[in-house]
Amino acid sequence: MKQLRYQASLAVLIVLIIVTVGVQGWTVALSVLTVGLISGVMALGLNIQWGYAGQFNAGVMGFSAIGAIACVLVSMPWVTATMQNGLETLSQAPDGYEQTISMLKHDIPRRLTAEKNIGIAWLLGAASAIAAWALNRTLRHRVRTIWRVILVLVVLIIGLALFRGRFDSAIRIIESTGYGDNSKYLGGMQLPILFAWFIGGCLAAIAAWMIGKIALGLRSDYLAIATLGISEIVIALLKNEGWLTRGVLNVTGLPSPVPAVKALQVAPYSLDVKTSLIVNKLAFLGLVVMLTVLFLWLAHRAWHSPWGRMMRAIRDNEEAAAAMGKDVVFRHRQVFIFGSFFLGVGGAMLATLVLQFEPAGYQPLRFTFLIWVMVIVGGSGNNIGSIVGGLLIWFLWVQAEPAASWLFYVLGTIVLPENSALAGTLLERAPQMRTLVMGLVLLIVLRFAPGGLLPESLQRRLK
Amino acid sequence: MVEIMEYSTDLLNALLWSFNFLILPAITYGSTLALGALGVTLIFGILRFAHFAHGDMMAFGAMLSLIGVELLNHFGIFTYPIPAGLIFLPIAMVLTALLAIVLDKTIYQYYRSIKSPPVVVVMVSMGVMFLLNGLTRLIKGPELTPFNETRTFPAHQFDVEQLMERLGERAIQIKTDFSTNQEVVRVSEPEFVFFTVRQFKEAVGTSEGFGLDLIQLSTVVLAVTIFAALYWFLTYTWTGKSMRAYSDNEDLALLSGINPKRVVFVTWLIAGSLAAVAGTMYGLDKGYKPFTYFQMILPIFAATIVGGIGRPQGAILGGYLVAFSEIMITANYKKVANYLLPEKLEIASNLQLLGTEYKFSVSFLILLLVLLFRPTGLFRGKVL
Repeated sequence: MKQLRYQASLAVLIVLIIVTVGVQGWTVALSVLTVGLISGVMALGLNIQWGYAGQFNAGVMGFSAIGAIACVLVSMPWVTATMQNGLETLSQAPDGYEQTISMLKHDIPRRLTAEKNIGIAWLLGAASAIAAWALNRTLRHRVRTIWRVILVLVVLIIGLALFRGRFDSAIRIIESTGYGDNSKYLGGMQLPILFAWFIGGCLAAIAAWMIGKIALGLRSDYLAIATLGISEIVIALLKNEGWLTRGVLNVTGLPSPVPAVKALQVAPYSLDVKTSLIVNKLAFLGLVVMLTVLFLWLAHRAWHSPWGRMMRAIRDNEEAAAAMGKDVVFRHRQVFIFGSFFLGVGGAMLATLVLQFEPAGYQPLRFTFLIWVMVIVGGSGNNIGSIVGGLLIWFLWVQAEPAASWLFYVLGTIVLPENSALAGTLLERAPQMRTLVMGLVLLIVLRFAPGGLLPESLQRRLK
Repeated sequence: MVEIMEYSTDLLNALLWSFNFLILPAITYGSTLALGALGVTLIFGILRFAHFAHGDMMAFGAMLSLIGVELLNHFGIFTYPIPAGLIFLPIAMVLTALLAIVLDKTIYQYYRSIKSPPVVVVMVSMGVMFLLNGLTRLIKGPELTPFNETRTFPAHQFDVEQLMERLGERAIQIKTDFSTNQEVVRVSEPEFVFFTVRQFKEAVGTSEGFGLDLIQLSTVVLAVTIFAALYWFLTYTWTGKSMRAYSDNEDLALLSGINPKRVVFVTWLIAGSLAAVAGTMYGLDKGYKPFTYFQMILPIFAATIVGGIGRPQGAILGGYLVAFSEIMITANYKKVANYLLPEKLEIASNLQLLGTEYKFSVSFLILLLVLLFRPTGLFRGKVL
């Protein structure tokens, strides 16, 4: 029975892929497969938090956005360096570029000072925060609470004033100067993108550590609400701190770990247009498959190890596990951090796949709740289930739109009178069907197969 | 003496500015938040889960009112000075309450009967959220649609002159549609305004002022009426008392013969109709857009938890608290400071704690602070 479920879901996936290839072609099928697998990695991360430890993390969007911004900060070129290079190139043939050259000559020193000021501002801010913390500690039992609070607040406000004094003018310079397409922000460190994926995971893990400090003590519903809110704050920061993230201007042209389509068409590869497109996508898919297998293996080993057994024990009965001497709080935080690492890497991979960072594109429905549907449908507590769920649900999410368009088209031509306004409106609204379908799928699975397609392989959760 | 006079005018101006830009918008926004939070807190208290689909339920209610308004306008009927959305509010309330009850019967009831843990029900409400989200977007589209959007009619459909007399000349444009070569009338129904900022300034003679329109006033009046009615209902009626008893101690309430089905039914009835009111009033003020309602679950949850879960008075207080802090923390106090400070200390830069982009984040910071330092909320609600 158990084997049958795995075989059946594998068969369904293969059929879906073959049908997609037949109907929509190789490129679409490869894209769906790649994004589906990346979503599967994110679902795996969420499954580690939910399936292993029962944590209701509704902040997936925030972690994946943190992973994506890591790609920008690690792999994009440093804008001031680009400006210096540009100045050098232009100086060699200055005809017609005099204006640009004088602008660059004016801007580069200003930017360098501004960058220094941003650094100093953050140091000042950090110093005042540490001072406030130390003051709070030393005065704890020596003066009355009200005086302590006032003193700490005064230190913090002075720190904020010092910080804003340098910072505001500096970021105004950063956000108004630049050269070339991706400018008007600080830029990154121009390191390899694969390293950026790793850093993305690490940044997400660090964020998880901080969030865990605040929110993990909360019970499930509260944790969901708190993480949802924190992820919204993360997105608000990424949207509005233009000096660091370029904000709503979006960062385009992230480096890709595989040769670009254009590069494949010239020597030494010299492929034709169609093959180059497929080869490019195949190479990326191969990379994602490798990482997925690695992550799956890690998660699998963790699940079957004594550590995994301990996590399940904590999940199923916290008091009993605590009585057995397990440090419940520490373990909760640990598993939250592990899961978030996967979410961060997934977010970084997604950003690299589309080669751009677009903060306005992060919507909770797509980046948080859809991943949840993947975990639930795949089977909470089953690692392979998460990957399968990721692929299946992503397929459904992508294909719901053309399917609905087709359905509405048929409806419009057969049932409704010709050229009726309703038919046009229906066609226009077809993309909205996907959320409806997702809702239905989630509700049906929760009602009739609460364990998901591939239920947890070990003992079921205690009721 | 002259100095004191001058200073008091400055003080008055500062107050008027604050009233127009802080207090009035915060009260209006807070009323909608409080109405939404009341529903969430009742569901939290009685059904014991975080109702993630509440924002989309509000969108559903607003959408029903909007469809009513569009139908009315379609037949050439304009209800100025009363906003047509208000006329359709009762119908929207009934239908949204019906939706809530149908959702409960078809979906939530099952999980109550098998006594599943609250987390599962939260997840189910996530599914309902997707469902309603898709439904509202499918029916009315995802775009921002003001209730009094400009609508176009063929010119022969109604008496243009009479309409012009009623709505004012600026509301109506007569144009020729070049594709069909027909005369069309474009009508944008105005909002009824008691007085504008400029009228206030001219009448009183201050350099600052505030304006008041019917929608703001009716939002506040309606909200206060509903608060009073709900208070009366929960305190003095049999059903209200049984609801409170059920919320306080389920087993004890069941033992004393309270019918749980009835309690749940009434809860959804109230939560659904309040969601419709909140959605419609917000839509009348700012326009209907499904995504905005979806986002509003964040401040609404914040209001609920800040006030104390299961405490209606807490939800009301929480709603206003969240609205005021969202607006006051992101406001720019440059003008107030320049009125209050002596002229030598004129401030040129912006005096803002946080940019307006962080409005939504503020409600969450409040929520986090409350969760950390007083998890029961201000009114000592439940801790789930």
